[in-house]
Amino acid sequence: MAVIEVRDLVYTYPGVSKPSIDGVSLTVEKGEFVLITGPSGCGKTSLCRTFNGLIPHFYQGELKGQILVAGEDVTGRQTFDMAKRVGLVFQNPENQLFALSVEKDVAFGLENLGMSRDEMRKRVDWALNLVGIYDLRERAPHEVSGGQQQRVAIASVLAMQPEIIVLDEPTSFLDPLSAERIFEVIYKLNQEQGITVILVEHRLDLTAKYANHLIVMDKGKICLEGNPHDILCNEDVGNIGVGIPKATLLHKQLKMKGFPVNPKTPLCSDELAAQLLEALSK
Amino acid sequence: MGQNGAGKTSLIKHFNGLLKPSSGIVRVDDIETTKTSVATLAKKVGFVFQNPDNQLFSETVEDEIAFALKNFGFDKETIDKRVTWALEFLSLSQYRKTSPFLLSGGERKRVALASVLAWNPETLVLDEPTIGQDHEQKEKLRQFIIQLQNEKKTVVMVTHDVEFVAECNPRVILMREGKIIADGPSKSILTSPKLLEECSIVLPQITQVFTKLAPIGLPDNIIDVDEAETALIAKAKENRYY
Amino acid sequence: MSVFDGLKFRKISSPIHNLDPRIKFIYVIAIFICAILFPQMLPLIILFIIQLPFVFIAKVQKQWIRSLRGAAFLAAFIFIINVLTTFFYNNYTLTFTNVESALAMTTRFIVLVESFSLFFLTTSPDHLGLAFEQSHMPYEFAFAFTTAVRFVPVMAEEAQTIMDAQKARGLELEKGNILKRIRNYIPILIPLIVSAIRRSMELAEAMESRAWGATKKRTNLYLLKLHKADYILISLTILLLIITIYTKLYVQIPQISELLTSLTLFAT
Repeated sequence: MAVIEVRDLVYTYPGVSKPSIDGVSLTVEKGEFVLITGPSGCGKTSLCRTFNGLIPHFYQGELKGQILVAGEDVTGRQTFDMAKRVGLVFQNPENQLFALSVEKDVAFGLENLGMSRDEMRKRVDWALNLVGIYDLRERAPHEVSGGQQQRVAIASVLAMQPEIIVLDEPTSFLDPLSAERIFEVIYKLNQEQGITVILVEHRLDLTAKYANHLIVMDKGKICLEGNPHDILCNEDVGNIGVGIPKATLLHKQLKMKGFPVNPKTPLCSDELAAQLLEALSK
Repeated sequence: MGQNGAGKTSLIKHFNGLLKPSSGIVRVDDIETTKTSVATLAKKVGFVFQNPDNQLFSETVEDEIAFALKNFGFDKETIDKRVTWALEFLSLSQYRKTSPFLLSGGERKRVALASVLAWNPETLVLDEPTIGQDHEQKEKLRQFIIQLQNEKKTVVMVTHDVEFVAECNPRVILMREGKIIADGPSKSILTSPKLLEECSIVLPQITQVFTKLAPIGLPDNIIDVDEAETALIAKAKENRYY
Repeated sequence: MSVFDGLKFRKISSPIHNLDPRIKFIYVIAIFICAILFPQMLPLIILFIIQLPFVFIAKVQKQWIRSLRGAAFLAAFIFIINVLTTFFYNNYTLTFTNVESALAMTTRFIVLVESFSLFFLTTSPDHLGLAFEQSHMPYEFAFAFTTAVRFVPVMAEEAQTIMDAQKARGLELEKGNILKRIRNYIPILIPLIVSAIRRSMELAEAMESRAWGATKKRTNLYLLKLHKADYILISLTILLLIITIYTKLYVQIPQISELLTSLTLFAT
């Protein structure tokens, strides 16, 4: 079942002549882990903003085409309505936490929805436990690390129990280990809670292995789309300026040199190591 | 390299005197930093901050780059020459008269870099230059660092980006809780899982692969793709599969 | 940055921290009124001293002293300005009484800093925002307040980074005449303003994405309730106000300098 359907979307920000999204059509199935990548300015952030109606309601501008999210036409719904179905997590953790304690931040959306205190308490505790920061619930945002802040941001959209979570480069300010932990939390939500995940990332080396649907964008358009195993061995990926994981790159080079390795494109070090072990100990 | 809060940024701020040591001595070109001004040191040690928006304020890119040159008291002719050079070096010439605020994130980052490079400091300090940069921008940055090295300049970089470090192959200093815990070539530091784990850094992907291949007799200290390819093919030949 | 450090809330539990913020706020306002009513040194010193036990019960001495130290410069400034104006106003003469009233003005300022910093150090601004809400103020107001508290330290840190970035490009803030010096701050102010605007856009976006404005009847995770300690504090505050008004109306307050003079006379 499709949870997101975008048809012939063209969007131009107010006061700009060139469209930021230039004819995008796309379908996301329920429970998918979608990875969107592409060079800076390719329109991936703008696309994310359309999923909960920030575009066009908050940003104005000119929008053509259709966006159906969970069966609703986004242009006809307010962002606060969509927020219950689509949770957005942004790049900078600092600028999406406004309360002065972790649990209050997680409750923010629920308070806005006017939920009763008992129900709210249950949901907040549930969300905090799910991302593994229940012990930090009474801390102030400046007292926790960047990685923990980003988990607060994830918990705070999770508390609204959305069907879809959209994350726009959620780890670019974090060190690699914290980043990896965040991706693992996201992957767990996808696998165990069945939440559809849309992740925007440059760093495919850390993320490609989680995705089952990869979208490569450039200049406001979708250039390549499909299973990451099939897409990352495509010649065009390199030309668009997308950073291929080193393991994938090595595999490609070895294959070209006629090294007897399994032809399936690996997405992470584990996959490649297994293939190489197999090839070298035949 | 090191975790957030390990003291990397505090350390590099000593290099141009923004911070002065509470005890101990920091010398830049044999001059103690406590005995001179930030402006004097800044002329030798160019410092590019992580976020370009923390420094851009001028009406045009040209003015932005000229700002430091004016502060350092260069004459008008030299300023003009240096601005043109810096714009060209970072391929920003077409934006000369544009407001820096209208540029994209990657371009703003290059303007910030150009504005420091313009006075031709002997040492360049880059704080987290790869944050939020896409593959192509990172590749440009790497080329740029190589070019600076060819001109015999010293480059100091603070970063988490282990793949980028593996590509640049510099001397690596690891920090943890305000102390240096390791100092050596990339090849030995980035291939030590124990050291890296202490600093919340993950091994480069190629090294991860080779640590798993070590039991069948492959070297476990490889960080580069091409090197990896050579080693694997040699091994395959040795086993006569190839 | 020391003043901002004084404003940064630390989560500690103490009888003072657990007081209802509304009651504590009334207390601060009461201290404020008392301090304004007395131009004399003696009652102001008493006002300063009676607040000290609270600082110790709350165990916030360190931060409290830091915020006082942060205010020291301004206090010195107030003192000097007061002394100078009375000096010029009274035909270049300076009496003990003049100095004392200048000192009183300074002490008044310190008393105000003392009570406000005690308040901010022991009150989770979150609870304060909650107090605003539950006093039937519009939610936007409470939200603006907590957000400001949340971001003041962040922006102070940012200002420091910007200053460092410009100094690294050879900007010397202390150079030149007064006009030049003011102009020196332009490269710091512009990035600060630009980043504040950018930040507010990002904040607005994140708020929208979390159902801001979904319903008029917003609920709250926490509920404020008055406890025994709150009733004690409000009684003490009322008592303080009564004493103040009584003293103001019926008691002649001596100047400390007069007291000292009479004391010396008595001794001889």
